[in-house]
Amino acid sequence: MTDAMQPGIAIELAGVSVTYAGATGPVLKDVDLSIEEGELVLVVGRTGSGKSTLLGALNGLVPHFTGGELSGSVRVHGRNTRDHRPRDLADLVGVVGQDPLAGFVTDTVEEELAYGMEQLGLAPAVMRKRVEETLDLLGIADLRNAPLTELSGGQQQRVAIGAVLAAHPRILVLDEPTSALDPTGAEEVLAAITRLVHDLAITVVIAEHRVERVLAYADRVVHVVDGRVESGLPAEVMVSSTIAPPVVELGRWAGWSPLPMSVRDGWRAAAPLRAQLVEDAVLPSVVEEGRPGLSRNPLLTARKLSVRHGDLVAVREVGLAVRAGEITALMGRNGSGKSSLLWALQGSGTRATGTVEIGGADPRDLAPAVRRTRIGLVPQTPSDLLYLPTVAAECAQADRESGLEPGSCRQLLDRIVPDVADDLHPRDLSEGQRLGLVLAIQLTADPEVLLLDEPTRGLDYQAKSALSAVLRELTDRGRAILLSTHDVEFVAEASDRVLVMAAGEFVADGPTAEVLTASPAFAPQVAKVLGHGLLTVADAVARFGDLR
Amino acid sequence: MLPRALHPLAWWGWAIGLAVAASMTGNPILLGLIVVVVWLVVVARRTDSPWARAFRLYAVLGVVIVLVRLVLHVLVGLKWGTIEVLALPRIALPHWAAGINLLGTVYLEGWLAAAVQGLQLAVLILAIGGANALANPKRLLRALPHALHEVGTAVVVSVSVAPQLAESVQRVLRARLLRGDAGRGLRAVPRVALPVLQDTLDRSLLLAAAMESRGYGARNSDATAAGRRLLTGSLTLAGLLVLAFGMYDVLDPTRSLSWLGAPLVALGLALTVAGMALGGREIKVTTYRRDPWRLPETLTVLAGFAAAAGMVISKQATPDLLWLPLQPLAAPGLPIAATVGIVLAALPAFVTPPPAATGRPRERAGR
Repeated sequence: MTDAMQPGIAIELAGVSVTYAGATGPVLKDVDLSIEEGELVLVVGRTGSGKSTLLGALNGLVPHFTGGELSGSVRVHGRNTRDHRPRDLADLVGVVGQDPLAGFVTDTVEEELAYGMEQLGLAPAVMRKRVEETLDLLGIADLRNAPLTELSGGQQQRVAIGAVLAAHPRILVLDEPTSALDPTGAEEVLAAITRLVHDLAITVVIAEHRVERVLAYADRVVHVVDGRVESGLPAEVMVSSTIAPPVVELGRWAGWSPLPMSVRDGWRAAAPLRAQLVEDAVLPSVVEEGRPGLSRNPLLTARKLSVRHGDLVAVREVGLAVRAGEITALMGRNGSGKSSLLWALQGSGTRATGTVEIGGADPRDLAPAVRRTRIGLVPQTPSDLLYLPTVAAECAQADRESGLEPGSCRQLLDRIVPDVADDLHPRDLSEGQRLGLVLAIQLTADPEVLLLDEPTRGLDYQAKSALSAVLRELTDRGRAILLSTHDVEFVAEASDRVLVMAAGEFVADGPTAEVLTASPAFAPQVAKVLGHGLLTVADAVARFGDLR
Repeated sequence: MLPRALHPLAWWGWAIGLAVAASMTGNPILLGLIVVVVWLVVVARRTDSPWARAFRLYAVLGVVIVLVRLVLHVLVGLKWGTIEVLALPRIALPHWAAGINLLGTVYLEGWLAAAVQGLQLAVLILAIGGANALANPKRLLRALPHALHEVGTAVVVSVSVAPQLAESVQRVLRARLLRGDAGRGLRAVPRVALPVLQDTLDRSLLLAAAMESRGYGARNSDATAAGRRLLTGSLTLAGLLVLAFGMYDVLDPTRSLSWLGAPLVALGLALTVAGMALGGREIKVTTYRRDPWRLPETLTVLAGFAAAAGMVISKQATPDLLWLPLQPLAAPGLPIAATVGIVLAALPAFVTPPPAATGRPRERAGR
């Protein structure tokens, strides 16, 4: 059962293909990959490219748990997943998923850390010592007795990592560990991971959509395209990768070689460009006032708006005006009141004090069916709105709800995400397609103001650009958009104005360029590299023209 | 005493003692006294964890039970007594439903009897709710023998699904408003149920995958494992069967084969214990920080036992005092032994160590 492997190799995949039951073709095709001990490997690829399947194959969840057929061999420190179920590999491979709360088995931090070790049958004295070590390693010692449900997202994710680490695995597999976290929470988690790599020489395999957060730390990048895998040094893979962070895009455009992997690399390579910027006294105006659809008058006005959940004040007496033709981004850490504010503005959520006015009426006083023709909301989990078995049925229902002729919703959907088959179950859509479907359903009512709660979650760069184009088209027709997000790069690309919330109050409000460049925590990569009010690669291209 | 969590079994022992006491009496003073004792101990020794906060729900449930019992008595109860309270017309039912009294004149005695019955059930539930609030039910399962480990985990998982389900329902209900769908009633059921079910299934699968990859269910694997599992199964099954026969014999008032009862019970217990011990050996799970059993634990269980014992003594000495006199109606009496027993059951509020602080996160996770 235990095959000899080359020394120093932690994971070896040889000729691995995976086909799920009922699928037309394999998800992974003939993958050969070996990962050395102590490496931090970043797995990148578009949504649906087979990243999650690749990660699942590493501890045998694919195919033991998910079903399907795996040919070839996956060997982990000499153990073949053909003969070892995931539970038999628990002492070797620790797996952390996207949603830490969904994987918690116990109630409190300390018990959760011990759970894996209990299953492995470690002696109580050993467990006691390791729990303490893990608490310190991840900086969560003050939370030891805290109920897991009451932790913040970043804390929960660190507990989830600690819970698998306590069992002392040699390999840590993380599937998008920071996708639900605010920038600070993501930093906490990534800092913890890099520390593990450097101090414990643990092998880490991590998949991440927002590549810019991890790329700088990666030893190697595995690029998954349509089930095929290419691996190499980050700078080599990034030359042709379908997924690339802004600093790499900037490097590709500027023709830098080697490509910059981090803001630091970019900063050093960009010295000549910055010098050119200093010579120009006149700065380009980033906010173009003459954009179509922009008006002076606010579409939506809120005054002294507060939201309470029990004794917690989620939103405290905020005032807000949203103008037609404007995309406003709402930022702030998890739990700062963004969702509560959006729901209260829409009128379907609770509101403690204050007024909201849209077109002379308060949305709260309108019937839900009328309300959504004035102000629409796409919630954080868009699938909550879907309950019919096919895409076509959902679209037909949306047409009926809005009293439009059949086909209106389908037309919108085709504009947002083309090529979604009518007979698909909404569950089988990718994140981007599902968001597109819900967006289409909400847009069928043609609301003047559209609110989106965390729309970029789980979207890759291409899907985000598509979303940003759809939103821009709406504002050009005189609609107003307010969206909450943690994604700085998306804000830089898509929004005109940024509001920053903390503890239920606005702490910053202004044009995107101004707010984003004011603090390093919120600055997009291009702004950090070039400065001078340039936020995205598109800004740089517009400013310098084509360099080559 | 240093703050620490009391052994969960101690709290359950205490609560069962009080519940037994409550089930033996229909004296509103004694029942009220039990409520006060449970309330006092819970307030003194509960933590601020989510399961402790659920105590209020049990209290509400108790009140609802009493109210429902009162209303049911008016609607369909058998009315009896002499003091008229509510003169309602009696609705005649067809002959096949004879014996059910729809409405009719309500008398004080019958109504009070119904109230006391409701109160008895409510107090029983409150006692169990008290144990639930004081001892995390999941920690209780950890104190079970190893052979029951897997059953215990199944219970833990289903216990955690309930609050998640409530949260999903709330979220989906709110999301429906966004589609302009405020309709209620039967038509709305699939629109709520489908997304909720989907959500619950997804979460269960995620949890199962997480447990699988963390080693849940891994066994000591050797060649004899299959044979041993068969032996474990047969031992436990045989033990339970013998135990059932023995119990039947012991509890049967006609006592046809009285000499066989006690030995059968002993044999059944022995077989079951052997089966469990054997089964437990196969599972290599260990327990992190087993709760210690010290003097306060023993005192707590004894306090609960005192309530039940006092009731038994009073039942022998003054059986009439344990019930509210209804024919003729009079004030309830106060049997000494039962009262002393219940008052003793309040001891855990003072003799147990206070609970340890939970160490809450500074910021609450928002949604």
